[in-house]
Amino acid sequence: MSDIQTWTLVFVVITFGIYIYIAYASRVSNTSGFYVAGGGIPASANGAAIAADWMSAASFISMAGIIALAGNGYAGSVYLMGWTGGYVLLALLLAPYLRKFGKYTIPDFVGDRYSESARLVAVVCAIVVSFVYVAGQMAGVGLVFQRFLNVGTTTGVVIGMAIVFFYAVLGGMKGITWTQVAQYSVLIVAYLIPAVAISAELSDIPVPQIGFGQILAELDGLQQDLGIAAYTEAFTQTSMMNMVLITAALMFGTAGLPHVIVRFYTAKSVRAARYSALWALFFISLLYTTAPSIAAFSKLRVIQDLDGTALADVPGWFNTWADVGLITGADGGAVADANGNGVIDFTSEVVINNDIMVLAAPEIGGLPAPIVGLVAAGALAAALSTASGLLLVISSSVANDVYYKRINPGATEARQLLVGRIAMGGAILVAGYLGINPPGFVAQVVALAFGLACASFFPILVLGIFWKKCTAAGATAGMLTGLTVTMAYMIWTVDIWGNSAGIWNIPETGFGTIGMLINFAVTITVSQFTRKPSPLMQELVEEIRFPGRTDLVAKHAHGEELT
Amino acid sequence: MDEAARREYWRSNLRLMAALLTIWALVSFGAGIVFVEPLNEIVVAGFPLGFWFAQQGSIITFVVLIAIYVWRMDKLDAKHGVDIDGYEEEVHHS
Repeated sequence: MSDIQTWTLVFVVITFGIYIYIAYASRVSNTSGFYVAGGGIPASANGAAIAADWMSAASFISMAGIIALAGNGYAGSVYLMGWTGGYVLLALLLAPYLRKFGKYTIPDFVGDRYSESARLVAVVCAIVVSFVYVAGQMAGVGLVFQRFLNVGTTTGVVIGMAIVFFYAVLGGMKGITWTQVAQYSVLIVAYLIPAVAISAELSDIPVPQIGFGQILAELDGLQQDLGIAAYTEAFTQTSMMNMVLITAALMFGTAGLPHVIVRFYTAKSVRAARYSALWALFFISLLYTTAPSIAAFSKLRVIQDLDGTALADVPGWFNTWADVGLITGADGGAVADANGNGVIDFTSEVVINNDIMVLAAPEIGGLPAPIVGLVAAGALAAALSTASGLLLVISSSVANDVYYKRINPGATEARQLLVGRIAMGGAILVAGYLGINPPGFVAQVVALAFGLACASFFPILVLGIFWKKCTAAGATAGMLTGLTVTMAYMIWTVDIWGNSAGIWNIPETGFGTIGMLINFAVTITVSQFTRKPSPLMQELVEEIRFPGRTDLVAKHAHGEELT
Repeated sequence: MDEAARREYWRSNLRLMAALLTIWALVSFGAGIVFVEPLNEIVVAGFPLGFWFAQQGSIITFVVLIAIYVWRMDKLDAKHGVDIDGYEEEVHHS
């Protein structure tokens, strides 16, 4: 066993032990605890939990690599702005009001505010979006186990499933929330240490957010010498219109994702919901402002180390990753001196996988083995925390929105909790299966989930709060049209149909923005001609705009008949 | 809160939201995308300014915007005599 494997094992065992201990200490016995942690989580802890829930394997492992390699610098900004800007919308437009509304899930809000058929559409959307996401997380867990500990992907996924099963089934939202606080701490420390070290080494400034300014001019020059567009130059790969559309789809999609919105129900109060949003974005921004700096430093180092170097002289990290097939030649085989000039040509002879930029950063920066092990534990924390949050959405949608609200409204507390736990167990099994046998389209579909969330949920949530006269028929029509149009465009642009250029070159990842505008238009138009919400419902919508205790909202939250 | 106070509370809230969302759009879609090329002509501490807004400045601004929102809403609540501790009773049930 190599040094790196030993240290990885040490960190994985320690962190998993902590998660299990926390889960045992915070086990729950009622539905309120299971679904929303009793609504009693302090804002800073809730913020850290939201941050861990939000930052998935994709944010932790892939994002810096996508910015550096696939996005060639500037184009990767869509992820940085898109996945943070959505929180401003959440904080200002949704979080406080949904918290005041005081139910458990998005379908709860949609069903109570609009109608039962709208609730069903919302349940289906929530479950589809969450399953798509969770499959990617489980695959990420398997990947880390395979690369760092040399165990099979299947074994890795099963270990991950067992851990999540233990703390999610036992502790529900309460266990998940406190575990996520621990997972956030692990992942942010694991992300920042290599970044600070590499920044101190390459720029003499130990603050990566400031340090990478020092090397941008050099990196621009290097890339231009290689005949690639400069790192900081705009619109070299993505047009201005598409930058706007993709960024908007990610922003509005973030504000419509069920597993994020549900976290604001766990806040103690309306005020705590506002503070939760602030803490969450603050914690997220620590990683999101660091990612572009890791991207720039690693790109510089990789070009310097590899371009014009003989194959025999490459640094150690190159061989580590070439051995597992994540650094290859242009043809997908081993890296070879294809044009026979005795050295590697960066632009034509090497292909580096996006996913290794962060994982290889400690080695590229020359850091010792324990740090590499810590980064592996951080990647696992990111994947597991997101997976557990998504599984809770699935379980509460099935147990609360379908079983309790539709099938057996007379169910006792204990019975609901049992159904919730069974649903959670079932969801973990399906997620594990998808993680071991990922359908080929998962990677694409994850990006598309944002488009679907933004085209379906965002407009009807915002209109439901800010427009008292928005009708049930309007919302249902809007949600269905937005979803159908967006999905149709995504399917229509799949390569096999030969329409991959789409209409006006709009990428499928950016089309959610168009779907959202259509949803708004349809909802508003149909609402003009259909039966207005009851005066009581209009009064309830009016009430949730104001903080403080009001009888009507309290009655509604307790599930009493409104009269 | 009586009817007039409520109207004023809601109007202040909407005004604050409109101002913050305008800045939100100007910084991200404006400085980070639409005006990125002219801004890139200006270089500060090694960063072309448009590129900086797209990868650092917009994120920092988002955090500041929510901080201002939270702070102003606390003040608005206090002005209208909303009992901040009273909030804590709103634990929910179904």
